[in-house]
Amino acid sequence: MNKLLNIYFTAGYPDINATAQIVLDLQKSGVDMIEIGLPYSDPLADGPSIQASGQKALDNGMNTDLLFEQLTSIKDQIKIPVYLMGYYNQWYQYGLETFCNKCKEVGIEGLIMPDLPLGYFDEKHKNILQENDLKICFLITPDTAEDRIEEIGKCSTGFVYIVSNSSTTGKKEDISQHQIAYFERIKSYKFNSKKLIGFGIHDNQTFAKACEYADGAIIGSAFVNHIKEDYSFENIERFVSGVRSGVEV
Amino acid sequence: MTAKINRMKADERGFYGEFGGAFIPEMLHKNIQDLQERYEGIVSQESFQKRFKDLLKTYSGRPTPLTYAASISEELGANVYLKREDLNHTGAHKINNAIGQALLAMEMGKTRIIAETGAGQHGVATATVCALLDLECIVYMGSKDIERQSPNVRRMKMLGAEVRAVYSGSQTLKDATNEAIRDWINHPESTHYLIGSTVGPHPYPEMVAAFQSIISEETLKQLGEIKADSVIACVGGGSNAAGAFFHFVEDESVELIAVEASGYGLETDKTAASATLGTAGILHGSKTLLLQTKDGQIEEAHSISAGLDYPGIGPMHAHLVKSDRVKIMTATDTEALEAAKWMARKEGIIPALETAHAIAALKKITFKPNQNIVLCLSGRGDKDMQTYAQYLDNE
Ligand SMILES: Cc1ncc(COP(=O)(O)O)c(C=O)c1O
Repeated sequence: MNKLLNIYFTAGYPDINATAQIVLDLQKSGVDMIEIGLPYSDPLADGPSIQASGQKALDNGMNTDLLFEQLTSIKDQIKIPVYLMGYYNQWYQYGLETFCNKCKEVGIEGLIMPDLPLGYFDEKHKNILQENDLKICFLITPDTAEDRIEEIGKCSTGFVYIVSNSSTTGKKEDISQHQIAYFERIKSYKFNSKKLIGFGIHDNQTFAKACEYADGAIIGSAFVNHIKEDYSFENIERFVSGVRSGVEV
Repeated sequence: MTAKINRMKADERGFYGEFGGAFIPEMLHKNIQDLQERYEGIVSQESFQKRFKDLLKTYSGRPTPLTYAASISEELGANVYLKREDLNHTGAHKINNAIGQALLAMEMGKTRIIAETGAGQHGVATATVCALLDLECIVYMGSKDIERQSPNVRRMKMLGAEVRAVYSGSQTLKDATNEAIRDWINHPESTHYLIGSTVGPHPYPEMVAAFQSIISEETLKQLGEIKADSVIACVGGGSNAAGAFFHFVEDESVELIAVEASGYGLETDKTAASATLGTAGILHGSKTLLLQTKDGQIEEAHSISAGLDYPGIGPMHAHLVKSDRVKIMTATDTEALEAAKWMARKEGIIPALETAHAIAALKKITFKPNQNIVLCLSGRGDKDMQTYAQYLDNE
């Protein structure tokens, strides 16, 4: 079965108008899914690379309305699922409903909101998402208890986001035995949605390893670092094929 | 008397009215849940209370006095009582909470303590308690605050703590808090995050308020027959205010006044008046009143006082303000400096810049004759001498 490659990047980085082009070039390079980060002033779950990209994007003038505008312009060309990752205050301030209407309008597949935990995700959120055909993805970590894993699996209508390690995003380390044991454990759960491993996946080796235990993996910081100086199609494709090399598809 | 609900405590979902909660990434879920489930049990144990009260007494020097401020009272035509938190060991109320949480952390098997600090008072209190109890201590502090509160940075280092400068975002308390939270995400097992104010995810606000409640517990006893009409405290995140209000909050005849920093002024964008100007949103794990853009980006606050330079307010205070139980007042940078000088010259007490905001409010209130006012003198001004000296030079 095809292993899914999901690439994260920050909207409005490195240039304010780069967003649409990066989406299309990632798609052309053969990634399976895209996660667009809505830059935020206080990204608690993110390490230095994504923090810095968000700060730069905000300095560039990126904002929620502008992202929706940029996505509108390429909406008919997007053929793969595009998820929006942000922090709950961004959704909340825009208006829970208005935000979702907009997402639907521009063809967003679903949302990832790391600081909206299961306990506060209620019927209201659920209905608004459903009415707008939007999915949601919750996170599982090495410390998530068994019954909670089941619950998260049930509520995640997009994919289940398996955080590879107890860490913020962007740690560049090999995958440890400890992590493998955790991946094995998660592998035994049956969810309706796909399982993707993210956080710290940064090259073909870590991608391949993660793919042994899940339906695919997510790469964020490493890609964001890669396009810092050069977000041409050639450079994006180089990254994607590099990550894919060595992984059977 | 039947036990009343205390509004300093969250409901079973961790909320104070519409504010509060625990909006945290899954990575912190286990730690926060452990705290929620265990802290009340641990803290209510007799042995814990004994150890806590004993350290407050023999180490921090409690009870702190309640001083009648004769000259100021005469000038205002009211009776002003100063609750002298400045006379605690390390010079502010912050140590009450630091002792409580450090003991709790040990009970929970944690060996590494992290903290954020703005003015450095919470950092010093935490470093002190960690030295006493032999715990590893790392304090996150904005690079701007490291500069303006340098005496406290030196104290923390002398006490053996590691001070980590934070260069991201505002380079003040908000981003120091972000970094501390990220540290906790990366070290969930060994570490307790010792939050310094009534902010953060549930149960932090109510836990910090409970450890600070000793302030009003003593005040009530010390007042004896005297009936307090008003209690005034400055508010950054809200811990000294929570402690000063705690045992008065269910007595509606006592007016509670929280004073926040308006920086250059409410009409400017250089302000920290989050209860006056803010809107509901999420910061550092709880829903509260914040300075933010319409997009939900948190704005940088400004105050001359590093301890009040924060774009939010504790969720319990957001609720108490919105439900009209607590009255919010503001003081500008200049009013605070002026008030500090006034207190120093009239009463021989140099207050912290944070406290100076509460003092400034005294001059803006019209008092009834002989109104009894308790002012929480949250800390002393040693750390602010550079700023005060500059102010005197420029006069
Ligand atoms: C002396 C003093 N008072 C007040 C504050 C403000 O904090 P809080 O609102 O939590 O009391 C600080 C914070 O650093 C402080 O050092």
